Amino acid sequence: MIKRLFPHPLLSLMLVLIWLLLVNKITTGNLLLGVLLSFIVPAVTEPYWPNRARLKKPLLGFEYVAVVLWDIIVANVQVALIVLFKPQDKINSQWVTVPLDLTSPEAITVLAGTITLTPGTVTAMLSADAGCLLVHCLHTDDPEAVRDEIKHRYERRLKELFQ
Amino acid sequence: MDWDIELIGEILVSAFLVIGGLFALVGSFGLVRLRDCMQRLHAPTKATTLGIGGVLIASMIHFGMSGEQISFHELLITVFLFLTAPLTANFIAKAYLVYRVEESDLPPTTGKYGWAIYHDPPKDPADL
Repeated sequence: MIKRLFPHPLLSLMLVLIWLLLVNKITTGNLLLGVLLSFIVPAVTEPYWPNRARLKKPLLGFEYVAVVLWDIIVANVQVALIVLFKPQDKINSQWVTVPLDLTSPEAITVLAGTITLTPGTVTAMLSADAGCLLVHCLHTDDPEAVRDEIKHRYERRLKELFQ
Repeated sequence: MDWDIELIGEILVSAFLVIGGLFALVGSFGLVRLRDCMQRLHAPTKATTLGIGGVLIASMIHFGMSGEQISFHELLITVFLFLTAPLTANFIAKAYLVYRVEESDLPPTTGKYGWAIYHDPPKDPADL
């Protein structure tokens, strides 16, 4: 019964929280409206998202977010330096293929988003069997090192988090 | 000179505004300077994250200091930005690959199926 009402409990919780943050004022009315939304939205979107995402160790999520936030700051400085000071013909852009050990769609989505937000890399595409990611690297002389760093720094953490 | 808390707050706010503005400027400058579409994608997806981030932090400090209610909208903007920036970049990259890049220009995949925009997903669920 509860499973029918809340197909995605985490999503419902997030919706209440986001609703309260949006209205920026915590009152009983707003809370009730938020709870109502957290019923309706997951119920309506359920057909598009049949499987429930599982977090094995949710606390590791905080570590992951901290690592990614730090990397975003570093990425910004690095990319800014490349944009400002590197001569155009010295910028060595390359495609990198990253084989995936992750299997859940949610985990792969998070990994792809992280790659785009962090140092000099943009996720371009997934292979047809979801077995590897195509990543574009703004400047690198060693594509293998980039691949290994992505696998070690992000994918390993996501694997612990999701599987 | 007395260093009251308001002065420190104002210095912080200005510092974050300047940092944010600088990064946003560099991101836009990158659009002009880099060579092709894939390279240009790098500048706006990152430089603007910190650019907008700086402005948002400044806004939070400003409203926190001015004694009004603390505003959480900035947090939400950050979250939404982090969710949407990679998606937009991904869609632009895909559109570019479809129109301008041949599959032979890309490195091969590691599995037996090709890249998703050129090939259909496997019919056999065991391969997924």
